[in-house]
Parts: sequence; C-alpha cells; structure tokens
Amino acid sequence: MRTSWAITKRELRAYFTTPLAYVFIVIFLALNGVTAFYFGGLFDRGQADMQPLFGFLPWLYLFLIPAVAMRLWAEERKAGTLELLMTLPVSTFNAVFGKFLAAWIFTGIALALTFPVWITVNYLGDPDNGVIIASYLGGFLMAGSYLAIGGFVSAMTRNQVIAFVIGAAVIFLFMMSGLELVQSAFRGWAPDLVVDLVRSFSFLVHYDAIVRGVIDIRDLIFFISIIGVFLFANMVVVDLKKGS
Amino acid sequence: MDLMLQVEGLTKRFGLFTAVDSISFNVNRGEVLGFLGPNGAGKTTAMRMVTGFLTPSAGTAYVGGYDVITAPLEVKRSIGYLPEGAPLYEDMTPLELLDFIANVRGLTGIKKQEAVTKAAERINIEHVMHQAIGTLSKGYKRRVGIAQAILHDPEILILDEPTDGLDPNQKHEVRKLINEMAAEKAIVISTHLLDEVDTVCTRALVIANGEIVADGTPADLEARSVLHNAVTLRIPREHFENAKSSLEEIKDVKQVSEEKKDGTSINFIVYPVDGRLIVDEVSAALRGSNIDVQEIRSERGRLDEVFRRITTKA
Repeated sequence: MRTSWAITKRELRAYFTTPLAYVFIVIFLALNGVTAFYFGGLFDRGQADMQPLFGFLPWLYLFLIPAVAMRLWAEERKAGTLELLMTLPVSTFNAVFGKFLAAWIFTGIALALTFPVWITVNYLGDPDNGVIIASYLGGFLMAGSYLAIGGFVSAMTRNQVIAFVIGAAVIFLFMMSGLELVQSAFRGWAPDLVVDLVRSFSFLVHYDAIVRGVIDIRDLIFFISIIGVFLFANMVVVDLKKGS
Repeated sequence: MDLMLQVEGLTKRFGLFTAVDSISFNVNRGEVLGFLGPNGAGKTTAMRMVTGFLTPSAGTAYVGGYDVITAPLEVKRSIGYLPEGAPLYEDMTPLELLDFIANVRGLTGIKKQEAVTKAAERINIEHVMHQAIGTLSKGYKRRVGIAQAILHDPEILILDEPTDGLDPNQKHEVRKLINEMAAEKAIVISTHLLDEVDTVCTRALVIANGEIVADGTPADLEARSVLHNAVTLRIPREHFENAKSSLEEIKDVKQVSEEKKDGTSINFIVYPVDGRLIVDEVSAALRGSNIDVQEIRSERGRLDEVFRRITTKA
C-alpha cells in the first residue's frame, strides 16, 4: 500500500505541475454550468435540487473522463518510463491501483468544486440534501468506473488519441445498454433474462437510481465490481504488454 | 568471492524471433561485467529479463539468491537499474524524482534525505535539483538516471548504456564513478564502446544474435586479435625493402605488411605466428641491419578487430 500511495502522490503532483489539471477543471466546471443552467434550466424549473447538474454529468464524463484516463499508461509506454516504474519494487497491482487512485482523487476534486451550486440551491430553497449527497456519491462512483475502463484501454496502446477514442466508445456502450433504443433491439428475439442482463450493465440505470436518492447496495456493488474487473484487466494488460 | 548474479539458460522469444538464446553467466561481487554486442544483439532484452521487466520464455536469473520469476519484488529491491536511454518523468525535477524513487523503495525521514543528498553529490547534479528534467541536457538526464539507480545503494547495479550520448568529459566522470563503486558491488554495464571495456570492465561478455560468443577479461579478448603481439614500426622509406627481407627471416614472423607512407617514412606491421612475442627479435634484426627506427610499438591487440570478427562470423 505504501508503494501505491507513493505512485498516487507522484501522479497527483504530475496533474498539477502540468496545465492538464487546470484545463480539465475549468472546462469541467464551465460545461457543468452550461448544461445545468442553460440546458437543464436549474433556475427556471423553480425546484430546489441539483437534478439538472447530475442529469448531464454522465454525458460530460463520457468525453472528459477518457481525456484524463488516456494518459495513465499510454504516456508511460511512449516515454519509456514504464520500464523505470516496473523495475522498481512495485507489484503490478500497486502500480495499477496507485495510478487509478490518483486519477479518481483528481476527478473527485473537480466534482467537489461544483459545491457553489449546492450552496446556491440551499440559499434559494430547501433541497433534500440527502439526495444531493447521494448524487455526489453516484457521480464519484461513476467517474471511478469510467476511469477504470479508460485506464484499461490506455494500457493497450502507446497512442493517447487511440486510448481516448476507444475508451470513450467502450464507456458509451456501457451507458447505452440501458436505453430503450438498445433494449428494444434485444427484446424482439432474446429471452427476458438476456435483456435484463444487458440492462443491468448500464451505467445510467444504476446511476439514476442513486441520483434519485435511493442508495441500494446492489448499485454500489455494480460500480465497485466494474472498477474491480477493469483494474484487474488493466493489470493483465500491463503485464502482457510491458515489453512491446 | 560472493556470487551476486546468476543467469541460467535465459531465453526470450518474440514470436518466431529469438532475441536471447539460452545465455548463462555469473557475476561476482567486485566484478564489472561489460555486456558487449552489436545493436540488436539482445543485450537490452537480456537486461530487461534480469531486472524483472520482461518475463523470460525459458531459463531464469538469480539475483542475490532470489529467483526473478518467483520473487520479482525481492530482485527489484536489490537491483539498481538504468534502463536504455535513461527514461525519466520529464515534468518532475531531479529532487522530486529521487524523492519518489526513495518513497517507492521504502526510504523515509532522515534516511531518505541522506540517500537523496548522497546520490546527488556522487553524480554531481546538486545544482540542477530544482530544474524540470525535461529541460536538462542529455548528459544531466543520464546522470539523473544513474542517481536514481544508485539511490538505495544496491548490491547489484545494472546499467544499460550508461555513457551513451555523453561527451568525453562526462563519459570519464561516469566511468570514474563506476570504478569507485566496483569494489563493493556487482556491476553489469552494456555498451558498444570498446574503449569502455578497457577502462572500466574486469570482464567482457560478447553477445551476438542472442548468444554469448566470448567471455573473458579484456586482455583475453585482446589476445584473440590477429594483432596480438604484432609490432608496429616506422622507418625511413628507403630502408623498407632491406628491413622487410631481414624481418621475414625471423622464425616467428608470419607476415610483414605495409600500412601507410608519408613523406620520407613508412609505417608497417610485423605479424607474429600464433601471437608469439617477437618484439625483441624484431628490434634486434633491425639494429643488426643498421636501420634507424623512428617508432616501434608492440600491439596488445585491438578489441574492435576482435569484436568485428566474432560478432559477424555467424
């Protein structure tokens, strides 16, 4: 764990010594503002909640999170520093987890910086703060699962652009599996079990449940398992592709 | 002598291509092993397997008694490694990088500070400790890479082309450093610079097409040269025919061959039979024929010539 944390610290420092962190945070907050207030009508609805912000969050994350995750491994492979890192006494798990954790903390900081909206809503009305806390938790878990997928894809290539595009595409598939569009395509021929299975893989279905304020242990387990599975896949890929 | 590194039948295949073909060797404490070979011979691949970066296709390496396949973390703990090209996190400063390496290696508090200061001093990078590595010159980057490798004072040091791309002064510095550390460590360096073998290595291992083609001290290698114990001479031009005929009468002389002419002098080499020592006979013969010798030198053998011959015959 000590080595994981050393890697996490290094990564976090790297985020903030390059423009990456600031650019990401500014764009993330700006887009959040635009979507929540302009498209979501946060003020106009006349309701004291943060539903407009959290409703758009999965779509913002769809392309912002792969932008953070794409560099996780592709950059190290390209610069050759992967050899430096992997010949230190660090297990593959510690390396994968340390990097993931840094990215997760970083996106968590960005998400936490939307707090002025929370304060505003509280100032103007009387929102259900329990729901808002649950929503933040849901957003954070979703960021984690996107990052795990993005990191896994990043480990497969040394090209960050490819890592970004494929990462976003895979995340998109996971999101879409719960939409009526995809569901109806399956419903015609597949047994209900398969349709439900496809639906159960959807980020949106589990996320929506949490954002509504219902923290069901199954939704939490879903996100944690997605993170676990993709971190494991990430380890396997790093081990397999180290030398190539 | 302490056996520090033991390589047994190490093999790496990439698809159908065999990069390293069952190589075995040992390195003891106090030895500086020079890993020689043309580019693409498998030096880097072999080093990557020993340091646990690549998994061998067959065979294994024991580092300080630990098997790199079953106990990779212990192996990595006891090794200091400079990868080829000295890859470093360019957005960090040397201080941050060394701090990070120390954290990963479990050095804390005063021990960490001491290790960082000592490594920086040894490698002479104290004055660039706060500059981003990406802005440093190639020589400094290489030095930061070496500082990183010796930070935890490892028993075994593996340096892949430590002097590549350095200017002659920097090369000298790095070689001096290796010589200083040689006594208490086992050091493996890879290089394709032959003068490096002479100046720092106690033993040379030549590898070509993934196989070991020679293993011995630099002197052993030199002895394999056709030039070993040959005599290089410089005499006035008009005496050459005379000298040649009298030299060819000596029993152990195989051949007299002309090298180059300039102005009034001529340079030529007298080759011995089977590398026998002929310098005394040669000088006696020339004195006997009253030829004034402008220059005479007994050759030890040329590593580049041996290197070329043993790495290209396959």
